[in-house]
Formats: sequence, C-alpha cells, structure tokens
Amino acid sequence: MIRKLGAMVIDGVWRLGFATRFLFLLLRYSGQSFLRLHLTLREIYFSGVLSLLIILVSGLFVGLVLGLQGYETLQRYGSSEALGVLVALSLTRELGPVVAGLLFASRAGSAVTAEIGLMKTTEQLKAMDMMAVNPIARVAAPRFWGGVISMPILAALFSAMGILGGWLIGVAFIGVDDGAFWSQMQAAVDIRYDIINGVIKSFVFGVAVSLIAVFEGYDCVPTAEGVSRAITRTVVSSALAILALDFVLTSFMFRG
Amino acid sequence: MANSGQEALVDLRQVRFAYGDREILSGIDLTVHRGQVVAIMGGSGCGKTTLLRLIGGQLKASAGNVQVAGQDIGALNTGQLYALRRRMGMLFQFGALFTDMSVFDNVAFPLREHARLPESMLRDLVLMKLQAVGLRGGHALMPTELSGGMARRVALARAIALDPMLIMYDEPFAGLDPISLGVIGQLIRRLNDALGAASIMVTHDVAESLSIVDYVYFVSDGRIVAKGTPEEIRASKDDFVHQFVHAEPDGPVPFHMKAAPIGEMLMGEGAR
Ligand SMILES: Nc1ncnc2c1ncn2[C@@H]1O[C@H](COP(=O)(O)OP(=O)(O)OP(=O)(O)O)[C@@H](O)[C@H]1O
Ligand SMILES: [Mg+2]
Repeated sequence: MIRKLGAMVIDGVWRLGFATRFLFLLLRYSGQSFLRLHLTLREIYFSGVLSLLIILVSGLFVGLVLGLQGYETLQRYGSSEALGVLVALSLTRELGPVVAGLLFASRAGSAVTAEIGLMKTTEQLKAMDMMAVNPIARVAAPRFWGGVISMPILAALFSAMGILGGWLIGVAFIGVDDGAFWSQMQAAVDIRYDIINGVIKSFVFGVAVSLIAVFEGYDCVPTAEGVSRAITRTVVSSALAILALDFVLTSFMFRG
Repeated sequence: MANSGQEALVDLRQVRFAYGDREILSGIDLTVHRGQVVAIMGGSGCGKTTLLRLIGGQLKASAGNVQVAGQDIGALNTGQLYALRRRMGMLFQFGALFTDMSVFDNVAFPLREHARLPESMLRDLVLMKLQAVGLRGGHALMPTELSGGMARRVALARAIALDPMLIMYDEPFAGLDPISLGVIGQLIRRLNDALGAASIMVTHDVAESLSIVDYVYFVSDGRIVAKGTPEEIRASKDDFVHQFVHAEPDGPVPFHMKAAPIGEMLMGEGAR
C-alpha cells in the first residue's frame, strides 16, 4: 500500500520532470514554427474557431443565470442597478477565464491529445523524425501556440457574451434601468485591476491546458487504450490545473 | 555487381541491441556498398525492423559501431543526424502516411520541408514519383481511402521523394499482388541504379528478392547466420538457407517464440 503510494508519487514527479523538459524543447523549437505562420494559424482555426460556438453559447447561458441570481439578491438590498457591476466583475475576474478554460480543455485540448496520440500510434511522428523533420517543431509547437493564442480571445468572448446575457435578463426582461446598468459597470470595472488580470489568468490557463494536451498526446502509450487514457488525463489534469492556478493567481491579484 | 569496389555506405560492426533485458541483436556485422541492393531476411520477430532503426539512428546500439557514409551514427547530435537523414529514405513497415494530408501532400511533404521549389516544379516532381508507383491517378485521395498495398506504394513514393543516397524498405512487397510486386521490385532496382544509391530491404519474398538484389543477409537469433550473392544462396547447402528458400516448416528456424513446454503452460502452472 505505502509502496504503491510511493511509486505513484515517484511516477508523478518523473512525469512532471518530463513535462518541464518538453516545455523547454517546445519553446526552443517554437522559433522555427513561427517562421511558418500558416501552421500556427491552422491550429488557431482548429482549436479556437471550432470552440467558438460552445464558448459563445455557454457564455450567454452563464450570463443569463448570473442576471437572474444577481437580480434576486441585489433587489433585496434595493441596489438592483448594480447588476451590471456584479455580472461584469464575476465574469472578467473569474468565470470568464475559468469556465472558458474548462470548456476549452474538453473541446480543444482533448482533440489535440487525440490527434497527436494517434499520430504517434501510427508511427507518423517517427516517420517525420526519419525525414529529418522535428515533430516537436512541426506538430507540437503549432498546436501549443494555437491554444495559447486562442484561449484569451475565447475567454474575452465568453465574458462579452455573459455580459450580454446579464443585460438581456436584467434590462430587457426584468426592467433594470439601462443607463444605470452600463454607467455603474463602467465606473466600477477597472481596466488594469479587473480586465488585465482576467486576461493574464486566461493566458496562464491557455499555457497550462495547451502544454498538458500536447504533452499527454506526445507521451501516450502508442495503443488505442493508451490514447483514450491520455485524453482522459488531459481533461482531468487541465481541470485541476485551471482551478489550482486560479486560486494561486487570485490570491496574488485580488488582495483588496 | 556485388562489392563493386565502391566505398561502404553502411557499415555495422559487432552491433548489439537490447530492449530492456531482452537482447534482440547480439553481434551483427553487415556492409552495404554504394550501388548495391541488399536484402535482409529472417523469421518474424528476429529484429529486422530493429536493424533498420539502428541504421536510421532512431535506436542506439548498446555496443558496437554503426557507420553511415563514414559517420558514426551513435555519436551524432540531433542536427548532424538530421543532416544525414535528409539523404536517407525509409519505407515504414506499416506505411505511416500522414492521415491528415492527401496522397499528393504526403509525397510533397519532404520536398516542401527540405527543398525550396516553385509550386509548379514541386507538382511535376510529386506526380512523377506517384507515376513511378502507379498511383498518379490517386493523387487527390486521402490515406483512409487507400488499400493496404496502395498506402504502402504511396509511402514508397514519399520515401524516394528527395532522391536519397540510402533507401531502406521495410517489407516493400507485403500486401502486393504479383503484378505490382514485380513492378515494385524492378522500381527498387532501377531507382537504386539511377541514383547511384544503396538500398536495404527487409523482405520475406525470397523469389522476388533473389531476382533483383546483389547480396542477401539471413538473420536469426540476433546474428547473421548466412550471407551471399543470390547465386551462392540458391546453391547453398546450409540448412538454414535451404529451409528459408524452400519454405520448409522443419529445420533450424523455429516457428514458435521461445516458451515453456506447452504441457506446463496449458496446465496453468508454467504460465509464469
Ligand atoms: N518497442 C519495443 N519494446 C520491446 N520489445 C520490442 C519493441 N519493438 C520490438 N520488440 C521486440 O523486438 C523483437 C524484434 O522486433 P522487430 O520489429 O525488429 O522484428 P522484425 O524482424 O521486424 O519482425 P517482422 O518480420 O514480424 O516485422 C521482437 O521480438 C519484439 O518482440
Ligand atoms: Mg518488422
């Protein structure tokens, strides 16, 4: 039992070490893949544009719910005009980056892991290596950067849709004053403190999710079962990483 | 033809290799000269693919020396290895085509990566390579739309796209009908002569390979057990060669993987 636990810990540390080494290689070969921008653009399309629909729809729904719940609570204290502030702050600071990150991991991260894992299983990566083309530069780096670039944009769109959802419920449906909704929001939301910090969060989540997705695919056991395990691990580790990093970042960023 | 006085392009000296504790190759000596087509034969699982991987630098020998074009493969860094690999072509045993690219783009891949060519010239080159393997008509297909034998021929076209000096074929004849088999065999020979290259092919097709190659190595139990020109092989009295050439079930080549006696295993005791 204790031995098993020890083995698990050692295995975990090993993998963390491998992942770090992998990140170094990834960064080292990124220059090459940036020179050929179309590779990265293609991955931005695949992971970013194709996740767009789910991000927009989920953002809208989260905003609708925030509008309902927020109004419910705020009107008890007679400050329902602050609905705009509440919706905007919760989205830009927390929900935007976190929920968009979770969705991105399960939509795009898993797809990246599956694709790279399958390429490994069918010896495509080895064949590429044999043709003197570095698979980290040609396959992994563009997917990594595609994710890193898409993530903040997706999170911002998520927040924008959420605010729209809050407005729909609060202003168009319930009848909160339109002017108060927007002006209070403008007054209370600080560019640097709220928006930039939110963007930093989503960027960090983008790096984490993309690294996990690319690494798990690259590192998977080259069998059908190995690939499916790698996909599961991508989704689970990404979720844990996002929530843990969110806690750490929040405690540094928003200390009153 | 054999040992045509040319320098050795590939030279293996006492090469050993093990996966973990299991020794696969235990002391291989093998030489391929420029201009030669060499066949490697041996039972399934005897380490032929492993041998090609050692020559291509994808695996490192645990002992001994692998030289390609005068360079010690084991001592090269990544950059040097890549420089050497640009002049090598490898047909993988299972094709290993890129599934997200069409047949055309698969063959164009090494050209696009390594040769800056205008698009029109690239197109002509790729179509010529596809023509050579009889698949020009299929250039727009995706790999999933190909049969096993077709995929292998596309992979072959990709392997020779950069006109390499050393071409390795891992079972080029598997899954081919007798007609394509003859054509591909001739193609391998002609290509080698036209490029002045050296070719190594792993194959089980004794009749076809004896008609095109210059030299044959037989591998068993991690060693070279027999070698010679096709004439020498046909005339050989060696038990091993005889069994292989005449496809006999009984002889020195075991069909079964090493295992505990079947009685023990079936009784449930021997299985570890
Ligand atoms: N990745 C690996 N890990 C451990 N053992 C391996 C691995 N790959 C191959 N082997 C073992 O090495 C031996 C040689 O494998 P190899 O693929 O070189 O055989 P082969 O001669 O090409 O066989 P075939 O004709 O069936 O393709 C086999 O017995 C196999 O069990
Ligand atoms: Mg093999």
